[in-house]
Amino acid sequence: MNEPVTVFVVDDHALFRTGVKAELAGLGDDRIAVVGEAGSVGEAVVRITSDPPNVVLLDVHMPDGGGRAVLEQVHAKLPDVVFLALSVSDAAEDVIAVIRAGARGYVTKTISGRELADAVVRVSAGDAVFSPRLAGFVLDAFSDRGGPAPVTDPELDLLSPREREVLKLLARGYAYKEIAAQLFISIKTVETHVSSVLRKTQKSNRYELSRWASDRRLV
Amino acid sequence: MGPHPTGVPAARVPTARVPAAQAPIEADDRPTGPIPIVTPPGGPLPDVGPGPARPGLTADGIPKLTRRRDYRVLGGVAGGIADHLRVRVLWVRVAFVLLALLGGAGVLAYGLLWVFVPQASPDAPAPQPASPVERRQALGIAAVGVAILIVGAALGLGQTLGVVLGPLGLAAIGAAFIWREADDARRARWRRTAAGIVGPSRASLWRLIGGCVLVVGGLSVFALGQLDFTAVRSALLAVVLTLVGVAVITIPWWVRLVRDLGDERQARVRERERAEIAAHLHDSVLQTLALIQRQAGDSREVQRLARSQERQLRTWLYGPAGYAAGYGSTDSPAPVDQTFAASLAEAAGEVEDTYNKSVTPVIVGDAGMDQHLNALVAATREAMVNAAKHAQIEEISVYAEIEDGTASVFVRDRGIGFDPAVVGSDRRGLAESIRGRMERHGGTATVRSSPGNGTEIELTVPVTSGDAGEPVAEPARAGVRDEREDA
Repeated sequence: MNEPVTVFVVDDHALFRTGVKAELAGLGDDRIAVVGEAGSVGEAVVRITSDPPNVVLLDVHMPDGGGRAVLEQVHAKLPDVVFLALSVSDAAEDVIAVIRAGARGYVTKTISGRELADAVVRVSAGDAVFSPRLAGFVLDAFSDRGGPAPVTDPELDLLSPREREVLKLLARGYAYKEIAAQLFISIKTVETHVSSVLRKTQKSNRYELSRWASDRRLV
Repeated sequence: MGPHPTGVPAARVPTARVPAAQAPIEADDRPTGPIPIVTPPGGPLPDVGPGPARPGLTADGIPKLTRRRDYRVLGGVAGGIADHLRVRVLWVRVAFVLLALLGGAGVLAYGLLWVFVPQASPDAPAPQPASPVERRQALGIAAVGVAILIVGAALGLGQTLGVVLGPLGLAAIGAAFIWREADDARRARWRRTAAGIVGPSRASLWRLIGGCVLVVGGLSVFALGQLDFTAVRSALLAVVLTLVGVAVITIPWWVRLVRDLGDERQARVRERERAEIAAHLHDSVLQTLALIQRQAGDSREVQRLARSQERQLRTWLYGPAGYAAGYGSTDSPAPVDQTFAASLAEAAGEVEDTYNKSVTPVIVGDAGMDQHLNALVAATREAMVNAAKHAQIEEISVYAEIEDGTASVFVRDRGIGFDPAVVGSDRRGLAESIRGRMERHGGTATVRSSPGNGTEIELTVPVTSGDAGEPVAEPARAGVRDEREDA
């Protein structure tokens, strides 16, 4: 990797922004460089638009619409900027909402600096980053419990058995490498499956994805 | 009170702006005499624009109703009302004259206002001085009023109108009482609603016209009835029509009244919720924070407290069934201790608290508890305890799913691992608490571990009360398998 991945931190808590910056800088990781930060939706939109970074670390909960508002205002204009959601929330509706608004991954704020750096590099390379909890949410959303859901677009509304397997291993806390070893496939194939799941989560019109989150509140 | 020849208030008219040099500020202690200041009549309205938080103003920035101290003709009543309503004093005087025609109501009103309305304080900003023209105008109006009064008395008109308007007058007095009793916020709201009565919308215009027609109709029917002597029926009709008309005109007020009641009830509910949240935060979060401050030196204890508090708060925030609510729980949420997901989350929390390790359960699907699932939760708990005690790690992953009639739990750590084949026979935990338990309930327990590569324990048990109404899975795979994993 020649040039470091530029990272922009959006969070309404200054303390947290400082913490993330310090932690990423403290790693001495020359793969990433924090180039800016913003404390509000408006500020984030202006700064990201004026000087687009590679990856935006996006807080889910902020005043004025939260991370979702930033995504909605920036994502269509700058499709090359990758968003990674970062939250303490863990409420299914919040997580699914930012994923569907265009974020390429979701990690919790308790993540270690090393893991966060890895996740940033991974999303910037085009992969998706699923925390075990997000994998659980998605599995739940695509399950057939409560009677088979009406499938209008099988391409988008159903997960393939392999994708399901990968997702389950993710939910069990496996790393990509471990999943690849377990399923006897390459890491690249695991990444392809996860990206496909992400696309389906973002594009599918399954009832569960839009409504399920508000019906049942998962932590 | 006899008909006063000048049943007309005679305060001075502030019709024109006067250069400050001309405005005598020292006029406070002047006797009521002619004020020799000449300004062009018919000037702009007195400048009583809302000054923010000026003394003598109501909450809406309107001057309070006081009698004028300066530039008055009689008692300063009309001028004070004009200031208060921000209309030209001429119209107030005309209104008093017209009211005086109704059986002397105007005179009575003037007298009562004179008695009860306080005089403006000497510190209040002096009104714009009036011109002699205005003064002459006021006297002219009074003269015309007296003339009409005499003519009206001769025709017996005043009495008729007085009889008709008597009840309306009483109603007005009642309304005035309500107005006085209301607090400022409520008055401001009513004023806004009143603006809605003559609002710009077409509907409100038609409503106003309709209401007025009904009122006038009612009054005329009454008048005709008086003439035709068909008293009772037409009187009833008149009353009904009048009442309907008044009701139509005042619809916004009624609507507002009903809405006020609703708002009040909502506010009460909100207040109760707020109190509940405050109580909860006090009992839990504040107590924990206090504990953390005391134990600031002991990082393990602080971590444990913070974790435990976070879990409790999440459980409390995200719904009655804790970590995960079952499908269809919107209709009849199962009690917390009766769903698999909630029980498992609780067990994970206990292990987290006891051993100060981070346990993150991810649970997909849910079902009501039965004895098999109880056993599964107990075995999972044991597996988590084992990992917490022996694996030498800080984090344990727990994944549970209920699918196709089977409940599966995976407890995984990235700790030191062990060789399942060489576990001493004295280690009762794995053999008894996990394997034995699963076997007795027709399930399986699989241990995957190798030194240095962490441990994963897979537990499955058939579910009878699957949430999709799954048929009972036959306990086919009963038995224990051991797999050595050479990753």
